Amino acid sequence: MNQWKNFTKGFIKENPVFILLLGLCPTLGVTTSAINGLGMGLATTFVLLMSNTVISLIKNVIPNKVRIPSFIVIIASFVTIVDLVMAAYVPALHAQLGLFIPLIVVNCIVLGRAEAFASKNTVLSSMIDGLGMGLGFAFALTILGAVRELLGSYAIFGYKLINTDGMLVFVLAPGAFIGLAYLVAIVRRINK
Amino acid sequence: MAKKDSTFLNMTLTLLIVTALSAVALGFVYNSTKGPIKDAKAQKLKNAINIVVPGADKGEVEEFKVLSPDGREELTFYKVTHNGELKGYAVNTYSNNGFSGHISVMVGFDENGVIIDNNVLEHAETPGLGDKTSKDVSDWNSQFIGKNPAEFKLNVKKDGGDVDAITAATISSRAYCDALDRAYRGFVAFKESSDSKLVEVSDDNTLIEDNNTEVDSTSNENIGGTK
Repeated sequence: MNQWKNFTKGFIKENPVFILLLGLCPTLGVTTSAINGLGMGLATTFVLLMSNTVISLIKNVIPNKVRIPSFIVIIASFVTIVDLVMAAYVPALHAQLGLFIPLIVVNCIVLGRAEAFASKNTVLSSMIDGLGMGLGFAFALTILGAVRELLGSYAIFGYKLINTDGMLVFVLAPGAFIGLAYLVAIVRRINK
Repeated sequence: MAKKDSTFLNMTLTLLIVTALSAVALGFVYNSTKGPIKDAKAQKLKNAINIVVPGADKGEVEEFKVLSPDGREELTFYKVTHNGELKGYAVNTYSNNGFSGHISVMVGFDENGVIIDNNVLEHAETPGLGDKTSKDVSDWNSQFIGKNPAEFKLNVKKDGGDVDAITAATISSRAYCDALDRAYRGFVAFKESSDSKLVEVSDDNTLIEDNNTEVDSTSNENIGGTK
């Protein structure tokens, strides 16, 4: 497979959030601001890259019947590493994302890519796939976060554009669904 | 692809090796991040204290626990001194009556019980409404600065107190007042116990002074009781 295509498919053509609609729990939960979305996206990217790499390395020595438990243990380890490292070096962002970092373990994208791609492809392809998918996820979360921040508090990346309260609904959970629905519609239109 | 057969031995060994390697990796990361995480937490606490008792970053902070008069609640106090001079007490207090449950508040008192400053540490209140109790979002909690809860009733105006509630977030405002009130009750209890400790230490011939302190502490209690 063409590696460039393999990398870019995560952004629009097979974007985990806009097209595959995977991992919606963190997507809807953390995207109250663009920076939260970006932080969550990058944390997931790291986990995806590492788990894809390791899983494609060991795919031949894992018996078929215990592959899912093995994958989950590997993914959970990387998530815990990310959690600890973030708590140590970016405590402010870690406090913001809080509960959602450990939840990367059960993010369908990570296990989905491990099962659907990394366990069947070479190490290099799996790494590129993990990186592309992760960045696509980060890209989608940042866009959704930016839209919600812009409408919800008239700010972008914490920089206030108009100094009044925004449309509250976009900061709350319903705004996440509304924002995501419009973005999915726009992306589908572009893809047509 | 030469996949291993799913025999019992193969599966057990694979899982054992995978989990053992993960455990080793996690242990290593845990050990190397333990120090920085502790530092980050200490720094966060210090910043929080410094907001409510300015000067805490330069002075010394001494931590101790105070039981409330009924002995059921325990609050963490931080006594801030700078060059031997008392700067104030920071109290880590809480309320479980927030709109989304638990909120944690840090409040600073000077030695007379006047609020120096206050801020939210942790909360899960609605963004845009209840989160205005936080300094990062609005200056709502600056109305408590310089007030002594002995005269300033820590209740929202709707409940007959002196506090302006946040529009559309009365429950969050009430919870915040509840947390401050808990801190003040703890502070009064702490004052009384430290006064009586002074009495115990003093000599027999200072009996009159002893009585005075007794009177002082009871009047303190009265003030505390009228709020």
